[in-house]
Amino acid sequence: MLNIKIFLVAEFFILILSLLIALGRGLRAPVALPVRIMCTVYVDFFRGVPTILVILLLGFGVPALQLKGVTNSPVVWGTVALILSYTAYVAEVYRAGIESIHPSQRAAARSLGLSSMQTTRYVVLPQAVRRVIPPLLNDFIALQKETALVSLLGPIEVLRSAQINASANFNYTAYVVAALLFVAITLPLTRLTDWLQRRDTRRRMAGAM
Amino acid sequence: MDLDVDLHEVVVLIGASGSGKSTLLRCINGLETVDAGEIRIGDIEVTASDVDFDEVRQRIGIVFQQFNLFPHMTVLDNVTLAPRKVLGVSRSDSELGARELLERFGLADKATDYPDRLSGGQQQRVAIVRALAMKPQVMLFDEVTSALDPLLVGEVLDVIRELKQEGMTIVMATHEMSFAQEVADRVCFLDAGRVLEQAPPAQLFGSPQHATTRSFLARVARI
Repeated sequence: MLNIKIFLVAEFFILILSLLIALGRGLRAPVALPVRIMCTVYVDFFRGVPTILVILLLGFGVPALQLKGVTNSPVVWGTVALILSYTAYVAEVYRAGIESIHPSQRAAARSLGLSSMQTTRYVVLPQAVRRVIPPLLNDFIALQKETALVSLLGPIEVLRSAQINASANFNYTAYVVAALLFVAITLPLTRLTDWLQRRDTRRRMAGAM
Repeated sequence: MDLDVDLHEVVVLIGASGSGKSTLLRCINGLETVDAGEIRIGDIEVTASDVDFDEVRQRIGIVFQQFNLFPHMTVLDNVTLAPRKVLGVSRSDSELGARELLERFGLADKATDYPDRLSGGQQQRVAIVRALAMKPQVMLFDEVTSALDPLLVGEVLDVIRELKQEGMTIVMATHEMSFAQEVADRVCFLDAGRVLEQAPPAQLFGSPQHATTRSFLARVARI
């Protein structure tokens, strides 16, 4: 199913890119100021622009430029648009998680001789990521639904085929089926996070593995 | 302020909250920036502009009031993290060393537990073991018993006693006056960021020179 494919590819890049953006925004060294500003501008911009606009802009705009060696595939550009837009949101989720870790954890790690990067990698991030799993999943589910927006560019995904079906037969059952399909895809995701969180709590409360 | 600590010496810092005890300890290992002045550890100047704090901190162990264990790691991982990542010791070697230390401080059966399963006293002892695993030359204790249930204070102080016997150089800030009296080679009374008075415990507690010291000790004695 095209929607799932778009979702999986987009999610993969979003998780990596947004983490880099979140870390970039957290840099406090004066040398890193340009990086910090760039990351902040990126987040401000893409959180402000409606996702649908980014999709239209890239999906119709880039092919219109007729660049050589650049794909015109609406699926590719629709996916890129989703990545750009959602990276901004997910970066903010990561950042909130990172900032929720008490500074004393960082102090303890640094005082043991760990470098700033090692501290982030081994002490701050593992705790931060665990804390933001629920909001992160929320964004995943939203993204899963928003893959339907790519239909605006023409590729036949779930919503588009429902539309075609409905207008051909004057029967809106196809929309209901599409809706159920989306629910069916997001449901396992929700259950998975619940389970992950329960397992983590249980592990820590049980002491030993 | 001017303060020298000799090798194998135990120096105890006392004084009211806000007198600068914690700040002094945090300056020594660079957690606090030093605006002016000079701090040396052995032949390294901590306050030099080009100092590598990561290297300095390997020589200094610090234990905090709030334990600050890493909650997402087992006790064993808490203790071995720095030796593995900073000193490059292999996992098996570092775990061997860690288990030895845990055994010595009565924590052998806690190795695979997560910190939130331990009592405050146990957590604080793990924090001390974690610092010791880096084989520091100096240990700093920042009011390590202030957050503990009175019943659990003893087990932590026992660890510090044992470290003193082994000849560890220790600087500690504390409100435990009787312990200061017992374990210190020298007691420093801090007031408003200055060392107002420093002397061996018998002298400082027996016949304090300054009026401020006297009134502080009198107030503490009444509690």
